Amino acid sequence: MYLADSRNSTTRTSTAAPGSTRPGRRPAVPGTVLALGAVSLITDVSAEMITAVLPLYVVTALGLSPLGFGLLDGINNGVGALVRLAGGHLADGGGRRHKVVAGIGYGLSAVCKPLLLLAHGLPAISSVLAADRAGKGLRTAPRDAMISLATRPEHRGRAFGVHRAMDTAGALLGPLTAFAVLRVAVDGYDAVFTVSACVAALGVLVLVLFVPARLDSGQPASRPAAVRPALRDSLALLRRPGLRRLTLCATLLGLTTVSDAFLYLLLQRELGVPADLFPLLPLGTAAVFLLLAVPLGALADRIGRRRLFLAGHAVLLLAYALVLSPLRGPVTVGTVLVLHGAFYAATDGVLAAATAGVVPTEHLGAGQALVGTGQALARFVCSLAFGAAWSLWDGRDALAVAAVALAAAALCAARLLRTGDPSGADRDPGDADHDDRRTPEGAPR
Amino acid sequence: MNRRTRLAVLLTAVVLLGTVGTAAVLRAADRSAVRDRQQTDGPTVRTGDVVLRPPGERQLLVRNLAWGPHRDEIATVPAGHPDGPRTASGVKCLRFHAAAGTGICLQAERGAVADTYRAVVLDAHLRIRHRFPAPGIPTRSRVSPSGHLVAWTVFVSGDSYAGTAFSTRTAIADTRTWALDDNLEEYAVTKDGHPYHASDINIWGVTFADDTRFYATLATGGRTYLVRGDRTARTLTTLHGNVECPSLSPDGTRIAYKKRLPGASQDAPWRLYVLNLATMKETATAEHRNVDDQALWSGNDTLVYALPGDYGSDLWTVPADGSGTARRMMTSAVAPAYAG
Repeated sequence: MYLADSRNSTTRTSTAAPGSTRPGRRPAVPGTVLALGAVSLITDVSAEMITAVLPLYVVTALGLSPLGFGLLDGINNGVGALVRLAGGHLADGGGRRHKVVAGIGYGLSAVCKPLLLLAHGLPAISSVLAADRAGKGLRTAPRDAMISLATRPEHRGRAFGVHRAMDTAGALLGPLTAFAVLRVAVDGYDAVFTVSACVAALGVLVLVLFVPARLDSGQPASRPAAVRPALRDSLALLRRPGLRRLTLCATLLGLTTVSDAFLYLLLQRELGVPADLFPLLPLGTAAVFLLLAVPLGALADRIGRRRLFLAGHAVLLLAYALVLSPLRGPVTVGTVLVLHGAFYAATDGVLAAATAGVVPTEHLGAGQALVGTGQALARFVCSLAFGAAWSLWDGRDALAVAAVALAAAALCAARLLRTGDPSGADRDPGDADHDDRRTPEGAPR
Repeated sequence: MNRRTRLAVLLTAVVLLGTVGTAAVLRAADRSAVRDRQQTDGPTVRTGDVVLRPPGERQLLVRNLAWGPHRDEIATVPAGHPDGPRTASGVKCLRFHAAAGTGICLQAERGAVADTYRAVVLDAHLRIRHRFPAPGIPTRSRVSPSGHLVAWTVFVSGDSYAGTAFSTRTAIADTRTWALDDNLEEYAVTKDGHPYHASDINIWGVTFADDTRFYATLATGGRTYLVRGDRTARTLTTLHGNVECPSLSPDGTRIAYKKRLPGASQDAPWRLYVLNLATMKETATAEHRNVDDQALWSGNDTLVYALPGDYGSDLWTVPADGSGTARRMMTSAVAPAYAG
């Protein structure tokens, strides 16, 4: 569909793609990033419309008792991780593959929305949701790779911040849209699903029309487009010290990051959040994430992404400490949510930006997938362990243990990341290329 | 494709998709308007006084689901003539139960963004005595035989990051003092004789024995249990496995409940059973279809429960001792309670 991409990357013109103006004059946040942000925003409106009304739909329209509905989550997480790795690897095939793989991911999720109109039992709904999530897994790494490719290395933190802010804005708008539809059409869940499908289709279309198929960040084209990395090459990425250290850190810290659901449960139990205000807790985190994603992303560009990534976890540690402290009341709850949102703003896009700095461009998809999957799987393991610890002792003690583990993990990560950067200044822009030259693939380290 | 063409394609798509979306919303709005018009083949519904201490014959109160202006209102029929004309109260409830002149009504309330929910305690004339905020979608409600205690369960869905996990919140309130236990998960749990903690504990479906003791379902680790609760000691003790939505017989000897059959489809796993509390013997009722409701005892021998019907759900009845057959008692109704 997208016909304007130039085959010869050295003769790019400003009409070749929105946002890919000439090097040196390109804006800090290229049009491609805004386009991808718009795609994520629109897609998240669509997805969160469903998430917001699904419980109501299942309980009131289908008349089902959905307890135990979350049991599939574990399996979904595992499959999601594999799909994400596959998506990242496939996207590195050269040419327009990033866009194609991301497009398939967005498309798969879009197709799932009308399927919900046909699914009338919990097993069917679970299957549709699993397919939806597979689409999400597939598109995440290629999308982050495209953001990295479209942005000059020194502005990647801000670019990812802009993307995450737009993404979160969509997540906040989705429920509002869904409830507005239900206002007009009482019990109109089919209307919500239809509107969600239309919105999702629009997201795919914006991707097709406004995200260029070929991206580069002004660095010289380092490879012929036809070379497709083998699976072995993608996995061999972990031999690169930079990426290995980052994956290790993300995984280590992920192992000690208590899931949102547990944190909110603890806030309710320990800090006495009234039961009826409980549903507002995630909104608090999301709002802070939305507000801080861009400024913290830009800060990461200045002081170093790894440093901010670590600082983000220190903020999370502070949030844990506050929950464990004797302080109570709405101010404390609000502060915990601010810290929690700041943690996301300081780590989510920032990690992707840091990853882009330690992976050669032809492996960006696989690199993003490796780090992201490591972190996601680690968080999943943490959830299992935290649930078990909660059963063994209780929630508060489990959090205390998690806090100690997080502190230890953060210290290890700080050490690991510092060894990766003897100069002490962990500025990663352009690292990939330097790293490339210093450490050829498969060279002994 | 140049920028202008792309914008033109986008604009066309926005118009097309916008039309489809708008049409879907309008169609759904239309359909919901139809439900507010009187249903021709439905039961007669007229407005009138609905009271929880009727002077004459025993009454059956239900949430009326028949289409028309009184849809979702609490309506009453003579217990002996459930098919007869309904008297609508004007009080809308999603879930309802009543005993000894006290009613509990779980309602949706239009909020600025989304609906919120509340549990409303009603007096014998269905006037509001007290409101409690409820944190999720109403599913079960019960009043104690004395009318002093009320309990309700709502579904709470996890936050959006956590995906689609559901949990429940069950609360008990004392209508004499308005003291509220807003989350029974805070009670001390004894499972199989040992103290038990877990983050995944869910409790639902309270049924009262008296003003202290009650029974409920406790779920953890993918299994469900019948628990006996003590409101004074704030304890829950497991008694039996695979019990959901218990309902205690008026004589206090048996529990009607949903049992999850191991071989049954995931879509329709529950059958209606009765458990003898003295012998712990389970008896299957003659209702062989999937039942997803907290049954109601009509006397000590008969159960009333809801099954999906043309207008949402119908009420059915079956003997509690496993004999006889299931019979449809009334159409277009849910959430039954006897008064008088």
